[in-house]
Amino acid sequence: MKHTMIGIIGAAAFGVMASAASAATLDDVKAKGFIQCGVNTALAGFSAPDDKGEWTGLDVDFCRAVAAAVFGDGTKVKFTPLSAKDRFTALQSGEIDVLSRNTTWTINRDTALGLNFAGVTYYDGQGFMINAKKLPGVNSALQLSGASVCVQSGTTTELNLADFFKANNLEYNPVVFEKVEEANAAYDSGRCDAYTTDQSGLYAIRLTLAAPGDHVVLPEIISKEPLGPAVRQGDDQWFDIVKWTYYALLNAEELGITKANVEEMKNSANPEIKRVLGVEAETKIGTDLGLSNDWVANIIKATGNYGEIFENNVGAGSPLKISRGINALWTKGGLQYGMPIR
Amino acid sequence: MAVQHVTRAQEPTKASLVYDPKVRSIFFQVVLVVALVLGIWWIVDNTIVNLRRSNISTGFDFLRGRAGFDISDRLIEYTSDSTYGRAILVGLLNTLMVAITGIITATILGFIVGIARLSRNWLLRKIATVYVEVFRNIPPLLVIFFWYLGVLSILPAPRDSIVLPFGSYLNSRGFYFPRFIWGDGSWLILAGLVVGIGISWFVARRARARQMATGQQFPVLWTSLALIIGFPLLGFVLAGFPLTIDLPKAGTFNLTGGFNVKPEFLSLYLALSFYTAAFIAEIVRAGIMGVSKGQSEAAAALGLRPGTALRLVIVPQALRIIIPPLTSQYLNLTKNSSLAVAIGFPDLYAIGGTILNQTGQAIEIVVIFMVIYLSISLLTSLFMNWFNAKMALKER
Repeated sequence: MKHTMIGIIGAAAFGVMASAASAATLDDVKAKGFIQCGVNTALAGFSAPDDKGEWTGLDVDFCRAVAAAVFGDGTKVKFTPLSAKDRFTALQSGEIDVLSRNTTWTINRDTALGLNFAGVTYYDGQGFMINAKKLPGVNSALQLSGASVCVQSGTTTELNLADFFKANNLEYNPVVFEKVEEANAAYDSGRCDAYTTDQSGLYAIRLTLAAPGDHVVLPEIISKEPLGPAVRQGDDQWFDIVKWTYYALLNAEELGITKANVEEMKNSANPEIKRVLGVEAETKIGTDLGLSNDWVANIIKATGNYGEIFENNVGAGSPLKISRGINALWTKGGLQYGMPIR
Repeated sequence: MAVQHVTRAQEPTKASLVYDPKVRSIFFQVVLVVALVLGIWWIVDNTIVNLRRSNISTGFDFLRGRAGFDISDRLIEYTSDSTYGRAILVGLLNTLMVAITGIITATILGFIVGIARLSRNWLLRKIATVYVEVFRNIPPLLVIFFWYLGVLSILPAPRDSIVLPFGSYLNSRGFYFPRFIWGDGSWLILAGLVVGIGISWFVARRARARQMATGQQFPVLWTSLALIIGFPLLGFVLAGFPLTIDLPKAGTFNLTGGFNVKPEFLSLYLALSFYTAAFIAEIVRAGIMGVSKGQSEAAAALGLRPGTALRLVIVPQALRIIIPPLTSQYLNLTKNSSLAVAIGFPDLYAIGGTILNQTGQAIEIVVIFMVIYLSISLLTSLFMNWFNAKMALKER
């Protein structure tokens, strides 16, 4: 813990100076040759190291997409695992260039914390998980009066939890941990009756428990949790790059451009596809952003489109098996809507 | 040589100003102070300018904002509607509670183990040595995890609580015992306690005066004990037994009612006490061994019994050696209490960290941390220095 303390002081006293000298993040990133991306320490499906020590997950792939847009190479990214508590300081101090750590977009973070959210890579909501074997008959969060609830500190979850129990006039005991791993271990050992976090997180955490089959996620969703990548304020160019990386992923899915067919799509007759992939004559589709014109093609080559990233990490192609739901494209009744690239 | 020296003293030349050690030392001190002030000014100015540039809000106004999160362990009234300032106060009181209870337990345990290490009993001496070597050589964080994950978390679930005497229970949610709810007229009990302590003090004074004058002794300890217990008991009876007991009962999830000491507090308190006690034991042993053998021999020659000799001759002298390093251990224990964050006990550091995250005001929170921990440490030092001065050899 003393390290965190020193880190915070160091960041506060010196890091802020460093960031001031570097308003143009793109130039700094190009100079050092990689993107420093802040991710979760361990959240299956979003950011967690696999058995080979490689980072995987939806948040991780977004970082790779940004790296591909900037360098044309999705591997030019380094990951900084962060606790919920340290993440904003790390971004503010310039320790990381992008924060892609299942972070909820709120007005407070957008204003007082000096952040800019580039979009919503995953629409989520907060839920509860209980051990159905130990607590038979509990099938609603409203039955949790008097329960001990494990929660991670410094999250919107912690605040929503307080609001939910207050609004419903229920008693509860928060047991607050700094790290996901600590909260998971405490819940698994029976210290808490319920665990609360974003529903996607609950499904991911359930996989890591000793007996996943014993635990159920209760139906109530008690909040809106739009999770997305964030950057520092005061650098519009970098903000644009991260924002349009996100839109590029969505547009690619909408146009049917995938990791497999991106090269042949370059020969497509569809002017929209040609424009997006930067093969239109005299195009400035990438240079206006400070990137090369084939930046979208590079992204898709590195990570695939949004749909592919989703399915590989949290969807049908992953152990989590979460359905697209509201994260489907707007054309399929979801909320994901990529602004036009033109 | 002598002639030269005299002439130089008589007519100091201007050039020698550079070589004058006094002038030189003042010059360098001024340079150092100026450099220090400039350095601090540069850091502060840079921080303010850059905070403004990155659009991060600053100032301590946030302390009046609504906290919005709940805290399970609290000594004062607190809800999610309370302010951030009050949340910090809750954290500070939790830190103080752990520090004070930890210091008391560590001191008692440390003295026992320290004396046991000097015992003539082989087994006792060896057990004490093993205790010291084990706990002194494990990082405190691991000791905390040992208590939290190794001892308390494997206790049974609330449904299968271990039943202890007097309506107490022990389970993985902590230790539950009955809570006393005092009714009307309980002030008589408190009054009885005050009267009891007052009379005891008076008796002790008289007994000492009598012993000085006549050499006769009086059983002060037993009399005081009877007075201090008897008077509140009398008050209790006079007020008509104004006491109801709130027993812990099984609820849907946890035991409800009664008083609950949570496992987070228990493991932190036990870990810090056991860890620091190992160091205190060594300090106590060193202190006692530091008193020369002649002192105990002289006490024996005067006819003092071993117990009395220990109390009147050895311990007062050992304390002079013990107190200064003991202060450092107390400070260490207080600062180590910030490890609470690892097991989710809401101490000052944990709550401050949450606020830091919700408001993003890192610099302000870190300043508050530093000021509070510094104040606690300085106050502890101040008290221990006073105690040390009181115990110091009074030279007449």
